[in-house]
Amino acid sequence: MPAPPLSLLWVVPALPLVGFVVNGTLALTRPTAKRVVSIVGVGTLVLAFAAAGIAVAELARQHPTAPLVFRYWEWIPAGDLQVAFALQLDQLAAVMILVVTGVGALIHVFSVGYMHEDPGYARYFAYLNLFVFFMLMLVLGANFPVMFVGWEGVGLCSYLLIGFWFNERVNADAGKKAFIVNRIGDFGFLVAMFLIFARFGSLDFETVFAKAPAALMPGGAIVTAITLFLFLGCTGKSAQIPLYIWLPDAMQGPTPVSALIHAATMVTAGVYLVARCGVLFALSPLGSAVVAGIGALTALFAATIALKQWDIKRVLAYSTVSQLGYMFVGVGTGAYAAGMFHLVTHAFFKALLFLGSGSVIHAMHHAYHATHTHEDAQDMRNMGGLARHMPWTAALMWIATLAIAGIPPFAGFFSKDEILGAAFAEATVRPLWYAFWGMGLVAALLTAFYMTRLMLYTFHGPNRTGEREREHLHEAPPVMTGPLALLGVLTLVGGALNVPHLFGGNAFLEHWLEPVTGVAHRLRPALEVAAATEWTLVAGAVLVAALGIFGAFRLLKPEALVPARLAPPETGLARLLWKKWYVDELYDAIIVRPVTWLSREVLWKIVDARIVDGLLVNGTAAASRAIGWLGSRLQTGEVGVYVVLFVIGVLAVVRAAVR
Amino acid sequence: MIEGLFWLFGGTAIVAAFLCITGRSPVASALWLVLALFALAGIYVLLDAQFIAVLQVLVYAGAIMVLFLFVIMLLNAGRPGVATDMKGGAGRVTAALLGLGLVFELLAIRGWMPADQLRLPAGAIAELSREHGAVRLVAEPLFTGYLVPFEITSLLLLAAVVGAVVLAKRKL
Amino acid sequence: MLLGPSLAVSAVLFALGVAGVLLRRNAIVIFMCVELMLNAVNLTFVALAQQLGVAGQIFVFFVMAVAAAEAGVGLAIMLAIYRHRQTVDLRNINLLKG
Repeated sequence: MPAPPLSLLWVVPALPLVGFVVNGTLALTRPTAKRVVSIVGVGTLVLAFAAAGIAVAELARQHPTAPLVFRYWEWIPAGDLQVAFALQLDQLAAVMILVVTGVGALIHVFSVGYMHEDPGYARYFAYLNLFVFFMLMLVLGANFPVMFVGWEGVGLCSYLLIGFWFNERVNADAGKKAFIVNRIGDFGFLVAMFLIFARFGSLDFETVFAKAPAALMPGGAIVTAITLFLFLGCTGKSAQIPLYIWLPDAMQGPTPVSALIHAATMVTAGVYLVARCGVLFALSPLGSAVVAGIGALTALFAATIALKQWDIKRVLAYSTVSQLGYMFVGVGTGAYAAGMFHLVTHAFFKALLFLGSGSVIHAMHHAYHATHTHEDAQDMRNMGGLARHMPWTAALMWIATLAIAGIPPFAGFFSKDEILGAAFAEATVRPLWYAFWGMGLVAALLTAFYMTRLMLYTFHGPNRTGEREREHLHEAPPVMTGPLALLGVLTLVGGALNVPHLFGGNAFLEHWLEPVTGVAHRLRPALEVAAATEWTLVAGAVLVAALGIFGAFRLLKPEALVPARLAPPETGLARLLWKKWYVDELYDAIIVRPVTWLSREVLWKIVDARIVDGLLVNGTAAASRAIGWLGSRLQTGEVGVYVVLFVIGVLAVVRAAVR
Repeated sequence: MIEGLFWLFGGTAIVAAFLCITGRSPVASALWLVLALFALAGIYVLLDAQFIAVLQVLVYAGAIMVLFLFVIMLLNAGRPGVATDMKGGAGRVTAALLGLGLVFELLAIRGWMPADQLRLPAGAIAELSREHGAVRLVAEPLFTGYLVPFEITSLLLLAAVVGAVVLAKRKL
Repeated sequence: MLLGPSLAVSAVLFALGVAGVLLRRNAIVIFMCVELMLNAVNLTFVALAQQLGVAGQIFVFFVMAVAAAEAGVGLAIMLAIYRHRQTVDLRNINLLKG
């Protein structure tokens, strides 16, 4: 069969869009048609994955050195600003669309089981399909505006899905928080777009990246401003310091949503953006340093918080924030392939972890539902020893834990190691990077520790759920464990994607991405270290990971835990970590309260009520009334007054005539 | 000498007019106006318009002003002891201001003299009136060139008579 | 020769007439001031007739005829008003007020 032309690329995002339309209509008209919804929702994703696969295969066959751009129609023809609705496919986008549609399809399948009893089933799949559509637009966009449409769209779907059970205040608040915090990041993205347009007169990736090395002074103010503002958008979307606060709250949404949006895809949009704009970041040492620095700091910071969280999803949320930090260290150092590699492997094992926790929560809910208790089904203090009841889930999650800790030969080992190696290499030229490397190493230690802690408290030791609930705990149905198993396989072998030359591998991903990252690398050559140093680093990383796991086993005592409702409150440093370093409270005091006060006291009471309503609206009415009253005074009905006016008019006319 | 007479008559007209508009009772106003009209008739004589001067005295001062006096007395408007019908302070100021404004504007126009081609030689009208008589000076164009307006004026006067009778009737 | 001063006198008389209209409240007196204005215009016509030809005097003739007609009708109207309202004070003739 002849290969279809790549101009049909639009089919890939169109499929989930169709799914959204159908499921959305069903949600409004016939929400109980679960079978149709499932078939459409999952089917469009599977088809999209197939289409993506075909597209990528065709791309591989063609070997282009530049992105293939397909312009579909003129979207914004406004004088100097000419923006087309255009999609592009290159090696970087190829990686993303495979991850999005592939992992997305698996999560859709999982959702069929997880959300089965939810009355909002059709709405859920509608939103999920819409999200995939927007995410594909984001990664396939050939210019900044199309990408921004996707950027905003995924933010919208994130809001809709976090607040999916909006009848409870806390869920709706979490959705709002996510959207509002993202908006701050979006402002950064927009300002960067304005600067880019002002400088280049175009917003097409092709044009901008081609002209960038000539048009921008390396290390100059403009390129630094552009990169910093772009990164502000990334801190919002990808939950880095200072805008990461929405991600832990986003766990209020259904767990498959957390897996898809807040682990595998949406939050990686920031990493993709930096990789896509690699040329710009290569031209700004300060910008790259900020990216890597904030990434490293976030990685460490979030890891410390995860040490003391009791909600299983919160642990995973902070873990995601931390791992995203790693990715930013990667792309900030110029090691785009390493960053993207970690993105892919992280998608596998983090989705697996979230879906696994979903299975656990599902079982806990069932247990509590059966006995009519209202305990927290997500608190690890209520779990324990679940490996006896859910062996498959436990085993698969252990695979993911080892991967995230960085134990060879699991996927996470290769990717994390490559990032740390790149940072260390950069440090030989820019000593600041030693700090980043160090933070990353400590974060790796903590990651291994808290993930082992999660596994210990959840699956091992005595069971704390309760006598009567215990008999209702069981493994998840195959529709849920199937995707888990697939992800487990991917986690096991995912490392093969980019085995570095050091180990005799072919660094497939790095070579695959070369056409895209080549330009940036020419501007900012990647540094290498001696093989011996590399082996030392690798050994060090593995040692650190093993130390973390071993330490957790030794120091933590699951037997000493009590169920959540009986647990004593934390004290001291533990309390500080558990309370997330009081960052939310800090933001509340510094930003939220003053803004709310300003809005209420100044903007509402003074500007809106007094100035706009009082002065402008009512004032205009009063002025009209006054002028009308004045006019009415002229109409006295007395001839004498009229004669006076008449004579005044005559004077004016004579004056005009005499002139 | 003609100049002196002119200023005499002109001054009288202006003073009389002023006293007319500021007179306390309507009868006083009417009588001052009569004096002003007489003065104007004098000026007309000086301007070689003798027929017009006579008409002024006969028609204006003699008929129209008499009619005014009749009506004033018919309406008892000239009773002594009635408060003056002049407006109060603000009205006086307004009237004074507007009047002065108008005077200045009109005096500005006064500087526009007719073009020399249009002017007749000096004394032409006087010559004509001496030759043919002042009456014929006016009557000849009136009955030849301006015949149509003349006839229309007669219709106008007819309408005015009918109208005055109808309006003043007690019962139609 | 007398044209300039005549026009000046005419202007002053006209202005006095206007002031009178603005100044008085009795309708009949106002009417008299209107007659004063007409006379001022007559003076202008006569003065210019001396320079430009007899048409000016013809015009004065017509003005007088019209003024007579107008005076007759106008005073008849005032009689009618007086019969209804017992007054010719301008303040009381305000049916247009509203």
